Amino acid sequence: MRAGETNRHLSGWLLASPLTLVLILFLVLPIAMIVVVSFWQATEFSIIPAFSWENYDFLFGSPVTYRVFGNTIKYALIVWAFTLGIGFTVAYFLAFHVRTQTWQIALFLLCTIPFWTSNIIRMISWIPFLGRNGLANSALISAGIVDEPVEWLLYSDFSVILAFVHLYTLFMVVPIFNTMMRIDKSLIEAAYDGGASGFQTLTNVIIPLCKPGIMIGTIFVVTLVMGDFVTVRFMSGSQSANVGRLIQNDIALLQYPSASATAVVLLITVLMVIGILLRFVDIRKEL
Amino acid sequence: MTTKKLSRRGLLKGAAAAGAASAFPAPMIWAQNIKDVTLRQFGTGVSNLNEVAQKVKEDLGFTLEMTALDSDAVTQRAATQPGSFDIADIEYWICKKVWPTGNLQAMDVSKIKNYDKIVGIFKDGKLTPESTIAQGTAPHTVGFTDGPDGTTFASEQTNWMTLIPTIYNADTLGIRPDLIGRPIETWAELLNPEFKGKASILDISSIGIMDAAMVCEAMGEIAYGDKGNMTREEIDKTMAIFTEAKKAGQFRAFWKTFDESVNLMASGEVVIQSMWSPAITAVKSRGIDCVYQPLKEGYRSWGGGIGLSKNLSGLELDAAYEYINWYLDGWVGGFLMRQGYYSAVPETSKNYMSENEWGYWFEGKEATDVITNPFGDAMAQAGEVRDGGSFEERMGSVACWNAVMDENQYMVRKWNEFIAA
Repeated sequence: MRAGETNRHLSGWLLASPLTLVLILFLVLPIAMIVVVSFWQATEFSIIPAFSWENYDFLFGSPVTYRVFGNTIKYALIVWAFTLGIGFTVAYFLAFHVRTQTWQIALFLLCTIPFWTSNIIRMISWIPFLGRNGLANSALISAGIVDEPVEWLLYSDFSVILAFVHLYTLFMVVPIFNTMMRIDKSLIEAAYDGGASGFQTLTNVIIPLCKPGIMIGTIFVVTLVMGDFVTVRFMSGSQSANVGRLIQNDIALLQYPSASATAVVLLITVLMVIGILLRFVDIRKEL
Repeated sequence: MTTKKLSRRGLLKGAAAAGAASAFPAPMIWAQNIKDVTLRQFGTGVSNLNEVAQKVKEDLGFTLEMTALDSDAVTQRAATQPGSFDIADIEYWICKKVWPTGNLQAMDVSKIKNYDKIVGIFKDGKLTPESTIAQGTAPHTVGFTDGPDGTTFASEQTNWMTLIPTIYNADTLGIRPDLIGRPIETWAELLNPEFKGKASILDISSIGIMDAAMVCEAMGEIAYGDKGNMTREEIDKTMAIFTEAKKAGQFRAFWKTFDESVNLMASGEVVIQSMWSPAITAVKSRGIDCVYQPLKEGYRSWGGGIGLSKNLSGLELDAAYEYINWYLDGWVGGFLMRQGYYSAVPETSKNYMSENEWGYWFEGKEATDVITNPFGDAMAQAGEVRDGGSFEERMGSVACWNAVMDENQYMVRKWNEFIAA
């Protein structure tokens, strides 16, 4: 019997080892490396591998850091609110208003079509649309709504958030749609039979049951927005900054240690946000 | 059998080479060996053109491998990986950083055939005897060293050159005359509230700060000791003026890549901005009016050159000198000048340009016929004149050279704050 047990232990370890190995090699080691480098120093030509708090000192001592982190969180919050609103509505429509499964699948696929092109192209295509002489402005002017082209449409927080919402709403739609499809229809019937109005059914039955989907979507959107640098750079015309751009600037100037320090702080911030989110919903239990 | 066959073929090849060598003397003499030489060149892309490598293969027989990187990567590689290249195609301000590391070797001026014809800017800093020397890292200040092993710069011409100048130009502001509708004469116009929300500056700190300094000086706000080597106080003041303008909404956007600058201008988002010469041409080629506006304060200029790695010796070194002499012989010069850049030895480039091209690009004369670049795109129509005029007019009014400051790190941090403001 004891031999069998050791065998079971052994095969357990063996089964787990490939994944462990992959994670150690491609997740733990790189992050450990970033943390190590963040304590180093760099000049233009060389990296000095000696322990120092200088990077963190500068990071926490500079008002720019706080402003930029504030900006990053602002983007994340606003984008989250919009993607949640739109994503939930779209998913609700697909799950409860579209009757046949064929149509559900067809419409769901329709949502994914924009994803067949690169996300940078989808983002950049907004630029000629929103520009001073772009489609949006010429439409507004010819409709007589404004006399002068509206300047804040492009290269502003508005355009950044618009692009984010456009890019990431699907990440909200998919998990919410998924959880909605798993809701037992008899629960909704029961709610109606019990005399609940449509709105009460929504708030008391559907939303609580969709929480895991909402949470997964939230994690997607928040991490994507907080880690982004391309969208902010192009849609704000380099006029706004978020943490990703701070890191990108450092890398362009070969300041790898300083970039690592910023990355570590960002990583911790994002992990804290996710930690808080997971307090609300136990995704594992609900999946 | 096989060995015999091979050796016979080898023999034939040798004979052919010998025949060729006797028919075309000079560089062909060691044609047999030099064919095996490969020189690895890396640089910033402006002059790292595949056409040049192809022509080298045709004319000189050896292989030139080109790698294009951005200027930060170039600097790092030249400074830290001397074994990874044979020829460094770098800007003069990069040379100032890299030369002290000892990774490049000085070049023997007596081996450079056209040395006497190289323009004065790269020798004594003066285009004409009356010229004054501009601020910043003027090429001649880092162009010479004391001896074959010198690691410091000589204050005057010596027999040892650090870089052989290859390409240079004078930069200024680009404008959309059709949208501005009045003459623009000074750098100060970039911050003129009239262009609120319609101005742009490039987001590359080392160059952007120079353009910013040109503007602040033109506004009469700051008098710089040396715009190419600012003090912390000067950097702070400059960035304060620009941050204030940014917060007031003066800038539509900042650009980092060539394409962005072209699109901003062509779409009319921006009517005045810092720009590079080929970008102006790209806007014009879309049929949009765009001028590389000469300004009374002068130009911000830049120059590049090729340096030899410390590790080059023997046949490779000979090949490299051959390459340098070929570079200054005119074909490359003509190729670059027909794109709007200048060659270090304009005289020889003239042989590779038509009279019309030479008149338009160099002498500032009216084009007598369509001007096309080496890739066949029309650059100007008959009757047009180059913005800024002749070589002497343009290069004669350089106010400042691209530079690296002692306070570089501080400047970069301040620039980042400006972008994040």
